[in-house]
Amino acid sequence: MIPLGFELTVALRFLREGRMQSALIVGGVAVGVAVIYFITAVLVGVQGDLIKRVTGAQPHIVLKPPEEIVAPLIASKANAPRLPSVQAKPQRLITLDGWPVIARQMETTPGVTAVAAVASGAALALKGDATRSIVLLGTDLDRYQRVVRLDDKLKSGVLRLEAADALVGIDLAKDLGAVLGDRFRVQSGDGQSDVFQIRGLLDLGSRELNRRYVYVNLRPAQSLLNITGRVTNIDAGVDDIMRADRVAARLRAVTGQQIESWIQTNPQVFNAIGNQDIMTILIRSFITLVVALGISSVLVVSVVQKRKEIGILRAVGATRGQMMRVFLWQGAIVGASGALIGTAFGMLLISVFSRILRNTSGEALFTLAFDTRLSVIAFIAATLLGLIAAVLPARNAARLDPAQAIRG
Amino acid sequence: MNTLATPLVELADLRKTYNAGLPNEQEVLHGLDLIINASEFSALIGPSGSGKSTLLNILGLLEGASGGSYKLNGSDVTTFDDDARTRARHATLGFIFQFHHLLPAFSALENVMLPAMINGEGTGKATRERAAWLLDAVGLKDAYDKKPNSLSGGMQQRVAIARSLVRAPRVVLADEPTGNLDTHTSDSIFELMRQFNREQGTAFLVVTHDPRLAARCDRIVELVDGRIASDRANVAQA
Repeated sequence: MIPLGFELTVALRFLREGRMQSALIVGGVAVGVAVIYFITAVLVGVQGDLIKRVTGAQPHIVLKPPEEIVAPLIASKANAPRLPSVQAKPQRLITLDGWPVIARQMETTPGVTAVAAVASGAALALKGDATRSIVLLGTDLDRYQRVVRLDDKLKSGVLRLEAADALVGIDLAKDLGAVLGDRFRVQSGDGQSDVFQIRGLLDLGSRELNRRYVYVNLRPAQSLLNITGRVTNIDAGVDDIMRADRVAARLRAVTGQQIESWIQTNPQVFNAIGNQDIMTILIRSFITLVVALGISSVLVVSVVQKRKEIGILRAVGATRGQMMRVFLWQGAIVGASGALIGTAFGMLLISVFSRILRNTSGEALFTLAFDTRLSVIAFIAATLLGLIAAVLPARNAARLDPAQAIRG
Repeated sequence: MNTLATPLVELADLRKTYNAGLPNEQEVLHGLDLIINASEFSALIGPSGSGKSTLLNILGLLEGASGGSYKLNGSDVTTFDDDARTRARHATLGFIFQFHHLLPAFSALENVMLPAMINGEGTGKATRERAAWLLDAVGLKDAYDKKPNSLSGGMQQRVAIARSLVRAPRVVLADEPTGNLDTHTSDSIFELMRQFNREQGTAFLVVTHDPRLAARCDRIVELVDGRIASDRANVAQA
């Protein structure tokens, strides 16, 4: 006999004796655990894809100068004539003075991973007969890359933004009839113009962006937009994208400037992700509940089946507490072994479906990755669940009257 | 028989009522006085429904009494809670049931070791040796690793006897231990119990319907309708 202690030994023997029953319930736990793995992987894949799509070419956080608003005149006097309507001012290109100070403040704010100053504005791109309206973004490429990655969006050419280099959206290049290495003219609203050479073509994830975005160096952008030495906004990246709004609030407090996070600009996406999370929590809870009920019911039946054995063990000296622990052990063992098998099964499901399920750009929706943290959590949770599910049957076992149980 | 020995079991005015306070209230033991001494080999006889099994359950601390007192080894166990009763049972008593009641998931040797495992004596060498010695003594030298289901009824009852003795109890309570065995097997089982009684000084109280077996006990207690109808030393045997 294995030197395991009385309760554990008896628990293991009971489980082994009811082989079919034990196999079925361990299988049930395993399926539950596997499904939780699977939906977690799908959810992470779908949300990652969605966030990537939405924030792909967009910084997590943008600091903008205050908007110009129309202040109502003489509003305090009681007999003042009421203005029937107030026309909003047309927005000029407003610039941030003293931006290096603000940028440094932002950089040191917790949660912020990188900061890049941007001079951006509307402009026209001209090549031959073609004229297209564009969004001109002037920035320091190295810094900007840490806020919004461009290297993974580069379809051809090189990532380089020296003096007269430009990175343009692939559709804009097509519209202009330009190819890599071609030069084109950019003209701003003020009539200033400059010539750039296309160094790289970018796929920014949406046709709208691909038709309008032109990245250039900060300095030529500043002079084109007539804001030499200044910038129009400061972009920042955060460590936890789902908490971008908290970092934004922090930055608002630190800088006193107008700050927008991607969550504010895309509330519907953020809500959709939140709803998915709630659904997943619900599904997980129900699976957990079903698994717990399954373990409980099998053990309740087992207590009835083992009435006589329980009676004998009590007669030869086992206490109520010991009988209780025999069944608690069984619950824990079922939970733990179900978690182990379920982890393997979950991995299998993920590896099969990662070949079938594709994201919007045709890549695998998720990749097979053994999540050690999730596995440890699943193992502990399933063991505890088994233990809790066994409480009721264990109490039944402990309460059995030995004299009656032996009589049959 | 040594009547001067300290009483192992001492019942005074012991009563047992089922469904107390209910319309179907029924008193099955009506005030029993009984003393069992160390090393006694007694038979408990009586017709069905006379209260033999109830008395055995009370003596075995599997059921509580409704009135009167029960002293086991000098201490009043009627006031014990469930855990204390379990400990007292474990420390002093051994059981042999009519249908042997072995645990089918455990081998013969493991079944014998079970009572020792319960209190953490575990699976040590001493326990194993004693269990093996007992199995040898009941003639099951070759059946250590056999599961109960692969043993005959007589062999299973021998395992049960070995199990009842593994912790060297002061008294073994046997409920019709030969009830479902043929005469030949019954005789050998009975002889085994007598042998342990002689060699180890273990007291036995054997419930039996078999007058042949009762006649071979030192003392015969007869229960009729919940009362002790007769309690006599079996002179022929003693």
